[in-house]
Amino acid sequence: MKKTLFDKVWDAHVVQKIENGPDVLFIDRHMVHEVTSPVAFLGLKNRSIPVLYPERTFATADHNTPTINQHLPVEDPLSAKQLKALEENAKAHGISYWGLGHEKNGIVHVVGPEYGITQPGATIVCGDSHTSTHGAFGAIAFGIGTSEVEMVLSTQCIMQPKPKSMRINVNGQLGKSVTPKDVALYIISRLSTSGATGYFVEYAGDVFQDMTMEGRMTVCNLSIEMGARGGLIAPDQKTFDYIDGREFTPTGEALEKAKAYWDTLYTDEGAAFDKEYHFDAADIEPMITYGTNPGMGMGITKNIPNADQTQGGATTYKKSLNYMGYNEGEDMLGKPIDFVFLGSCTNGRIEDFRAFTEVIKGKQKAENVTAWLVPGSHKVLQAIKDEGLLGILHDAGFELREPGCSACLAMNDDKIPAGKYAVSTSNRNFEGRQGPGSRTLLASPIVAAAAAVTGKVTDPRTLL
Amino acid sequence: MAYDKFNILTSTAVPLPIENVDTDQIIPARFLKATERKGFGDNLFRDWRYNQDGSPKEDFVLNNPIHGGKILVGGKNFGSGSSREHAAWAVYDYGFRCVISSFFADIFKNNCLNIGVLPVQISAAFLADIFAAIEADPKTELVVDLPQQTLTLSATGQSESFDINAYKKGNLSNGFDDIDYLLNIKQDIQHFGANTPL
Ligand code: SF4
Repeated sequence: MKKTLFDKVWDAHVVQKIENGPDVLFIDRHMVHEVTSPVAFLGLKNRSIPVLYPERTFATADHNTPTINQHLPVEDPLSAKQLKALEENAKAHGISYWGLGHEKNGIVHVVGPEYGITQPGATIVCGDSHTSTHGAFGAIAFGIGTSEVEMVLSTQCIMQPKPKSMRINVNGQLGKSVTPKDVALYIISRLSTSGATGYFVEYAGDVFQDMTMEGRMTVCNLSIEMGARGGLIAPDQKTFDYIDGREFTPTGEALEKAKAYWDTLYTDEGAAFDKEYHFDAADIEPMITYGTNPGMGMGITKNIPNADQTQGGATTYKKSLNYMGYNEGEDMLGKPIDFVFLGSCTNGRIEDFRAFTEVIKGKQKAENVTAWLVPGSHKVLQAIKDEGLLGILHDAGFELREPGCSACLAMNDDKIPAGKYAVSTSNRNFEGRQGPGSRTLLASPIVAAAAAVTGKVTDPRTLL
Repeated sequence: MAYDKFNILTSTAVPLPIENVDTDQIIPARFLKATERKGFGDNLFRDWRYNQDGSPKEDFVLNNPIHGGKILVGGKNFGSGSSREHAAWAVYDYGFRCVISSFFADIFKNNCLNIGVLPVQISAAFLADIFAAIEADPKTELVVDLPQQTLTLSATGQSESFDINAYKKGNLSNGFDDIDYLLNIKQDIQHFGANTPL
C-alpha cells in the first residue's frame, strides 16, 4: 500500500481506531500558552487528575505579554492573572515554563523549532491554530481547542478522524522580491479561506525544496488560513541540519531510533491524494491583501477585483471592502498607510528581520508611519543584535520591541487604532483582529519594509 | 466537563445570514483573558452587538426581541479563523445548543461537538429556505432530531438529514466527553507512549 508522508506519520501514532468514530492519536509534543490553557488546567483539577506526561509538555507565555518594559509588572490585571495562572499550573504539574523575561521566552511556534521541541515525524499540538507552523519539519502539527488541551494534558492523546489529503505543488523559479509569504498568500487567494477545509496539505515541488527552514515555517504556518487542519513538507538534509544539536533533539540511542523512523518520511511514488493542485512559481508576485480575510489577496501591482469577479457573496465582499475603506477596481499601489508591523509566528524570525533590514538600509522611516518591529523570541532578538541589524534599523529611525505576539492579535497593549491601516507580516486581516476597527494589509517583510520607508503601499522591486 | 444530554430539540431560531463568520467576530480576542469558563455569552458577537460605548446596536439580530431560541442559523463557512474554543463556549453560554449552516470551519465544528453544541450542516438550498421561513415568521420552529439525524421546519414539514460521526453522536446523547473515554484506556496509551520513536 503506497502511503503519503502524512499517512506514515499519522499511522505511526494511532493508539486505537474507534469503529465509526475518530482515531485516538498519541501526541509527542504539547505546547502550552497562557490563553487557552487555564480552563484546561482547571478541568484537570475538577477531575482530580495529573498531567500524564509533563516531559512532553512545554509552556511559554506570548499572547498577552507586553512588548516594552517586560521587566516591569504586567499592567493589565487580566493578562497578569492569566500569566500567573500558567506559571502556577506549570509549576504544580512539573512542566517546563519559559515565562516573561526567561531567556528562552518567545512565541510558542518560534521557540518550538528553536530549541528542537519540533522534530520530523512528530505529532505536535497546541491550543493555537498556527501550530501548523511545525509542519515545516515533516511533523503533523495542528491547533486544538481548550477541551482538547485538557485532553492532551490528561491523556496525551486527542481524538480526531483522519483528515483528507491534499498536495499543493509549486514548481519553477520565484521572481525577485517574492518570498515564502507571497507563495502562501498566493495559494490562499487561489483556494479561498475554505478551499482546504477538511484536508491536511503536503507542499511539494522545487519552490518548497529550495526554501530555507524558516521559509517553510512561514508557508506551513499559513495553511490554516485556507481552512486546512495543517500543512507539512517532507524532511530533507536541510531539516536534519537545522535540528542537529538543539536542546530537545534526541541524542544517543534515542537519536538512532528516531533516524530509522525519519528515513521513512516521504510520500511514496504513486501514493494517492484526495485532491491535488499545481501552481507555477512564475505567476507569483509580491502579494498584498485588500480585504478582511486572508483569501482576499492579490499581486501588489493588480487592481482590487470587482465583486462580480469574486466567488462567494457580493454583499459580504462589499461589506469587507467598505470596512477597509476601499473600492472595487482601485490600485493598491500608492495607498497611504499608518502602521507597519513586522513580527508574529508567521514572519518574526531572523530571516524576516534580515529581509526587512535589507530594504530599509540607508533609507529613513516615513514620517507618517508608526513601526512596530517585534522579534518572535529572545533568540531572534539576540541574533538581530549579534548580526548588527539593530544599528541599521536605528539609523533608519526604527525601534525594536521585546518578543511576543504583539499586534498579531491585539490581546496585549499593541493595538492598531480604529480606522488606521497597518501593513502587517502576521497572518490574519479579520475585522478588528489587530484592534477594534483596525484595517490590516497582510504582506511579506519586504513589502512591509517598502511601506515603512515610503509611507504607502509600494512595490519593493522599485526600491531594490 | 459534563453537559446536558442532547436528544430532540424543538425551538425557534436566531438568523444570522452572513457568510464566513469568523471566531474573531463570535468572540473578539480581548475577551479571551478569562481563567474560568464563565460569562462568555455576554460577549458573543460583542462588536456586532454593542457600540464602543456599550450601548446595544439596534439592528443586530441578538438585540432584536422578535428573534430568540436555542438554535443559531448562520451563513456558509461559519466559525472560520482562530481555533479559540471560547467561540463555542460563547455560543453555548448564550444559550444555543445547536448551530445550523451550509458549511462549518473544521476546528469550530469539533469544538462545538466537544462541549455539547450540535453543528448541523445542511444544503445551501435548505438553509436559504430556513432563512426565508424565519424572516416570514420569526416564531417558526425547527426540530433537530439527533437520534434520527434530521432537521425539520415544523411549519412546512420540509426536512433534511445531516451527518454526524457515530461516536460523537453517542457522546452528545449521553452528555459525556472524550476525556471520559480516554481515561478508560489510559493503560493502552501509556504502553503506546513507552514505545514511540520520539
Ligand atoms: S503570533 Fe499571532 S498567530 Fe502566532 S501564536 Fe501569536 S497570536 Fe497566534
